[in-house]
Amino acid sequence: MPERIVVPFGPQHPVLPEPIHLDLVLEDEKVVDVIPSIGYIHRGLEQLVQKREFTEYVYVAERICGICSFMHALCYCQGVEHIMGIEVPDRAKYLRTIWSECSRLHSHLLWLGLFADGMGFENLFMRSWQLRESVLDVLEDTTGGRVIQGTCKVGGVRRDIEKGKLDEMHRALDPFEEKCREIGDVFLNDDTVKYRLQGLSVLSKDEAYALGAVGPTARASGVPMDHRETGYAAYGDLGFKPVVETAGDCYARCAVRVKEVYASIDLIRRAIEQIPEGPLDVKVKGTPDGEYFSRVEQPRGEVIHYLRGDGTKHLARARIRTPTLANIPPLVKMLPGAQLADVPVVVLSIDPCISCTER
Amino acid sequence: MAFLKRSPWILHYDASSCNGCDIEVLACLTPLYDVERFGIINTGNPKHADVFLITGGINEQNREVVKNIYEQMPEPKVVVAIGVCAASGGIFRECYNIVGGVDKVIPVDVYVPGCAARPEMIIDGVVTALGILEEKREKMAGAAQTKESARRAAGEST
Repeated sequence: MPERIVVPFGPQHPVLPEPIHLDLVLEDEKVVDVIPSIGYIHRGLEQLVQKREFTEYVYVAERICGICSFMHALCYCQGVEHIMGIEVPDRAKYLRTIWSECSRLHSHLLWLGLFADGMGFENLFMRSWQLRESVLDVLEDTTGGRVIQGTCKVGGVRRDIEKGKLDEMHRALDPFEEKCREIGDVFLNDDTVKYRLQGLSVLSKDEAYALGAVGPTARASGVPMDHRETGYAAYGDLGFKPVVETAGDCYARCAVRVKEVYASIDLIRRAIEQIPEGPLDVKVKGTPDGEYFSRVEQPRGEVIHYLRGDGTKHLARARIRTPTLANIPPLVKMLPGAQLADVPVVVLSIDPCISCTER
Repeated sequence: MAFLKRSPWILHYDASSCNGCDIEVLACLTPLYDVERFGIINTGNPKHADVFLITGGINEQNREVVKNIYEQMPEPKVVVAIGVCAASGGIFRECYNIVGGVDKVIPVDVYVPGCAARPEMIIDGVVTALGILEEKREKMAGAAQTKESARRAAGEST
């Protein structure tokens, strides 16, 4: 039996933009066990609800993670609105959907780039990030911020997108989709990419379900679970079908995200076509009293904000379960059997967002 | 060592930030901003790095890692603290786990404001840091020269 050695991976590592530490137990070049340890970015944001008023906490919620910032704010706001019984105007719901999908686009393009970098495809990395900049331009143009938007608030949204701007966005979608399909084609059909990814670290449907995988990691294993189907914000009106793959390997996880990019473009297109006129927000009176589990589908999977108010302006408790935390047990299951050289690709395939995980 | 000014290598570490500044650091390296045309390369190895870009307010678990990375970098080196969290703790200042600013753990040369800091500002911060790096280099070279001439003078007299 070959000798076992332990190789530390992280917290500071070239392929990881954020710190996570994995102890890889190796037999020669093969991974046999993985021991993850987290906590490098833990800030203690849940406790901040006791120091910030419930309307101010939206800004903190946005900064749980800089990539899916808008969706954290959305999830928090939906929770508070549900506790307080606030009905958000339709136009605000559509605007929230448009900004959510823009966030998903920039997150997925970011991930596709990092993933390409992880497997040594530098050119594809640069192309993906180049495309991502055009999404960020739209976000900056409509909200004022590139990565932290600050437009979602309890009771609605803070800014409108004018008709002219919406038309301009609609016109820009076709050429943008064409470019996305160009690089998507490389991810899906290039022989070197397929050779590197197909059959790597397979997670079966039952394992994905049993270990509580969420988002693209679960959908790539054939679990058709996407929280957008429940129709929060304007997703109910837009009609939405989750993207599902069945192979469960790294290639399938990549394919799900590539196809979700196309699906997001389609959702934005339909949202712009159907957006109704009307007010942007309703006045918020009183304080939250009660509890609610608010759920939103983020680029990485389902995020849960548990909020409890006791009738004061500060919430009594917030509990945030983020998608990457749910995807770490599947990652620990996936890694054994992989070669050491494939570890960065496998780790990236769950799209780890450590700032989210550790709050 | 004149190459330092023309091709500084950067090391990036996320010390308890929200990710916003980190993805903007990475955005600097990609086609729209493309700092690689100036010879700036993002390296993962502290021993190869001249400029340390650090984001976030540092938590208790990260403190040792940050110190460790800083000590591994060869002299001369500069530290650029990116974003308001790295300067003071920012929005996370009141969190129980946050040390509150990079300068409480390692010396900082340049502060880049913003939440999240924009790529243009990060590039500006790095350019400012390069001036400081050059000063440090000259100082080191001067000190080495003085030492060398003192050694020679001592050698001749004995």
